[in-house]
Amino acid sequence: MRIAVASGKGGTGKTTVATSLALCLAADRTQTQPAPDPPLFLDCDVEAPNAHLFLKPTFERRQEVGLLIPRVDEARCTHCGKCAEVCQYHAIAVLGKKVLVFPQLCHGCGSCTLTCPEHAISEMPDVMGVLESSTADSGIHFARGVMNVGEPMATPVIRQLKKWAAPKPDQVVIVDAPPGTSCPVVESVRGADFLLLVTEPTPFGLHDLKLAVQVGRELNLPMGVVVNRDGIGDGGVDNFCETEGLPILMRIPFDRAIAEGIAQGQPLVDIHPEYRVQFQEMLMRIAKGVSGSAEQITSDESIPLFEATILDFKRKLTQGRNRKD
Amino acid sequence: MKIIITTVSPTIESEVDPRFGRGVYLLVVDPDTMEWQTHPNPGASASGGAGIQAAQFVTEHKADAVISGDFGPHAFEALHAAGVPMYLFDNSRTAQDVIARFKAGQLEQVGAATREDCHPEGKA
Repeated sequence: MRIAVASGKGGTGKTTVATSLALCLAADRTQTQPAPDPPLFLDCDVEAPNAHLFLKPTFERRQEVGLLIPRVDEARCTHCGKCAEVCQYHAIAVLGKKVLVFPQLCHGCGSCTLTCPEHAISEMPDVMGVLESSTADSGIHFARGVMNVGEPMATPVIRQLKKWAAPKPDQVVIVDAPPGTSCPVVESVRGADFLLLVTEPTPFGLHDLKLAVQVGRELNLPMGVVVNRDGIGDGGVDNFCETEGLPILMRIPFDRAIAEGIAQGQPLVDIHPEYRVQFQEMLMRIAKGVSGSAEQITSDESIPLFEATILDFKRKLTQGRNRKD
Repeated sequence: MKIIITTVSPTIESEVDPRFGRGVYLLVVDPDTMEWQTHPNPGASASGGAGIQAAQFVTEHKADAVISGDFGPHAFEALHAAGVPMYLFDNSRTAQDVIARFKAGQLEQVGAATREDCHPEGKA
C-alpha cells in the first residue's frame, strides 16, 4: 500500500504527519509474527527535503541522477530544424546555421534524437541531483532525492527516486510530497493508493486544499484530510470537506508544545505519544478506503494494524487484477 | 532592412510590450519603406522556453535587428548565437517612436542578458 501525504499550501504539516505515520507503522510491525518489512519512507520534496530531520537516517546508498540531454554533432547537422519542431519544451533551437541546446528546459524525452534524419544527435547524461537511502534506527527504510541548487526541474529526480527505491511487494510506502499542485506533486502522488491531504483551517489553507483535491480527483485517488493547527481560522475547511464528502481523518491541535518539539526535530508521536492511537486509527481507515471493503474490515478491527493493512493491500491487488481482466 | 519590435496590439500604432519572450505581438517593419506586418508572438503562451520560441521567430524572419524592453538569458543566448543585434527601446512608448529613434541611432544595443533569470512562467 502506498500512502501519499500532500497539501496545496506549504508548511501545513505534511512531514509532521508523514513521519509519524511511518513511525507508527514501524512500531506496529513488531506485534506481528513473522514481522513484515518495515515501511518505506520516500521524501519526494527534492527541492527542500526535511523528513531526515525527524527520522534521522544514516545514508548508506547514494546515486547521482539526471537526464540524458542531446548533444549535436555540428559536422553532421544540416540545420533542418526537425529537432526544434518536435521538442515540446523548446529545449533545442535551430537558429540559422547554429543549434543550441538549453539543458534546463530539456525533459530528456529523446524525441530530438529519434527525429534527427542525419543521426547527428547523441545523448549525454546531465546530473541534476542525488538519491540517498538508508535504514533508520526506527526500522524505517528511508529514501530521498536532493536536487542540485539552481536546477529548475524536480520531476525527473522524483521519478527516478520512485524507481530507485522500489518497495517490496508487501511493503507499505509513505510518500512525503512537495507542496503545491504542479508537476512534482503529480509525479510524487501518482501511483499512490491513498492521498492524505494535510491542511490548516484558514482561508488560505482551504484555497489550496481545493486545488489539491482537484489534483486527487484528476488522478482518481481516494482521499482523506488531516486538519493541522486545529482551533485557528474558521469553519471553511470543515464545511468544504462535508460538502465534498472528504473524511477528516485526524485533527492536530494548535499547540505550542508541538511547535517547540517540531522545531527541535522531534516527531509528533514522540512529543505526544498519546497520538499514536489516532495515527493507528487513521491508518485503519485509510486501509479501508483503499480496499473499498469497509464491511469486511469492520469486524477485523482487533487484528494488529500492520497485518490489516497488508491484508487490504493483497485484497486490493487481487481486485486490481480482476478489473484488468 | 527588417526590424522586429515587441508590441501589445497588432498595428504599427501600437504601444510597445516591454517583454521579449512573452510580448503579445511581434511587429515586423522595414524602417525605410515603413511597410509592416504583425504576428502573434509564438512565445507569449508557451509554458516554457518563451524567449527561445520568440528568438526562433526572429531568425526565421531574417530580421536585421530586434528591439524590446528586456532580453532574458535564453533569448539572449539564442539571438546572440543567431547574430541578430538586440536593442532596448528604453523609455519609448510607441512602436512609431521606437522606429524613429532606431533610425536616428539613439537606441542602446544589448551586450548581455538584461535579467539573470527567466520569468517564473518559463520554469517547469
